[in-house]
Amino acid sequence: MGSNIIEILKNSQSTILENWIKTQTSVMSFNDDLISSQEIQEQSEELIAAFLRNLTEDNLGNGDAPEFDEVVEALSDLSISRAKLGFSPKETSVFVNGMKNAIIDVLESQLISQPAQLYAASKKLNHLFDSFSIVTFETFIRGREEVIIRQTDEISEISTPVIRVWEGILALPIIGTLDSARTQVVMENLLEAIVETGSSIAILDISGVPAVDSLVAQHLMKTVAATRLMGAECVISGIRPEIAQTIVHLGIDLSNIITKASLAHALRFSFQSLKLEVKKQQTPVNR
Amino acid sequence: MEKIPILRMGPFLLVTIQVDLYDRLALNLEADLIKTISDTNAKGVLIDISVVSIVDSFMGRIIGNIASMSKILDAETVVVGMQPAVAITLIELGLPLTGVHTALNVERGMELLRAKVNLDDYSSSEDEQESDDQRSY
Repeated sequence: MGSNIIEILKNSQSTILENWIKTQTSVMSFNDDLISSQEIQEQSEELIAAFLRNLTEDNLGNGDAPEFDEVVEALSDLSISRAKLGFSPKETSVFVNGMKNAIIDVLESQLISQPAQLYAASKKLNHLFDSFSIVTFETFIRGREEVIIRQTDEISEISTPVIRVWEGILALPIIGTLDSARTQVVMENLLEAIVETGSSIAILDISGVPAVDSLVAQHLMKTVAATRLMGAECVISGIRPEIAQTIVHLGIDLSNIITKASLAHALRFSFQSLKLEVKKQQTPVNR
Repeated sequence: MEKIPILRMGPFLLVTIQVDLYDRLALNLEADLIKTISDTNAKGVLIDISVVSIVDSFMGRIIGNIASMSKILDAETVVVGMQPAVAITLIELGLPLTGVHTALNVERGMELLRAKVNLDDYSSSEDEQESDDQRSY
């Protein structure tokens, strides 16, 4: 009986494909900005061909069978690419489940006289497609996560600019949480900038850091120590009152680090140590 | 056998490390330098490591040792021109070189040394005549 089903399916490949594409394009939220119908046609055709080519009587109902590796791989690629294109999970699941429905529809029309056989075949196919759905979802989510990780990297790259506020003075406003990876980027950027500009003072402004724990404090102290090794001085500014409280409660010793309340104060301190003076003009400017 | 030259500039000694330091060489440098300080009564030591790109904990310790030993012999040590990667490595190794003065380049290092030694000279009596005439106080 099994071979019968498989033969039926293989013979009606074009009908299945047609039905499947119809369901896909009729989904309400189908968004033809993201993918062209031509592409859908190609992807579907390829997937069905791979599925039917590897379908045998034994592996019907067993999604883990090694014969289906090709199908699983094709599905994974597809759902990753769809996740990156910004498809919703619903659209991706409609895509996979649509194939199952199309196949069962065909079986139903051909095996209408043998309900027992139809039931057995549908059950197995359901199993099979459940495991395909799981694969699709896993890879869909992995695809999304990749997107998130990439964005996180980008954010940490762009959010650590080193600003030259004056000749010999660098400022580095840190915004967002400081973790080890980011501290590394911050430290490298700062040290490179010190060498490049020959600056002797670096101001590390942490008013944009939401919380400081012992790890973040340690990262900050490392950065300060590395700056000192380079022969420059490092000033930390913008410590908010609650952060100052946390630091003392945690028992972190910042006494050998120069700290200033705000960036303005830090800048004033830098001017002093570079022996610069900022004055208000006494006489009106001649224009 | 390779040797790192120690140059005398008035009251200061200038050491430029142009090769990657291996352990033996570093130990010899330490011994030579301390001996030269004692022989010449130097007031300051400037070590330029701007071309050193590889550093390990041993090398970090040697630099720290040189600074402490010079301090005992009444000479200040300034390390200049450390590369960012080297600085990060030393920090990660837990060697912040607390006793060592640092400067960005040789010029700034010399300024720093002059400032340090000048201050010392105000407090202590002058024991070296040769370099006094070129200073203005």
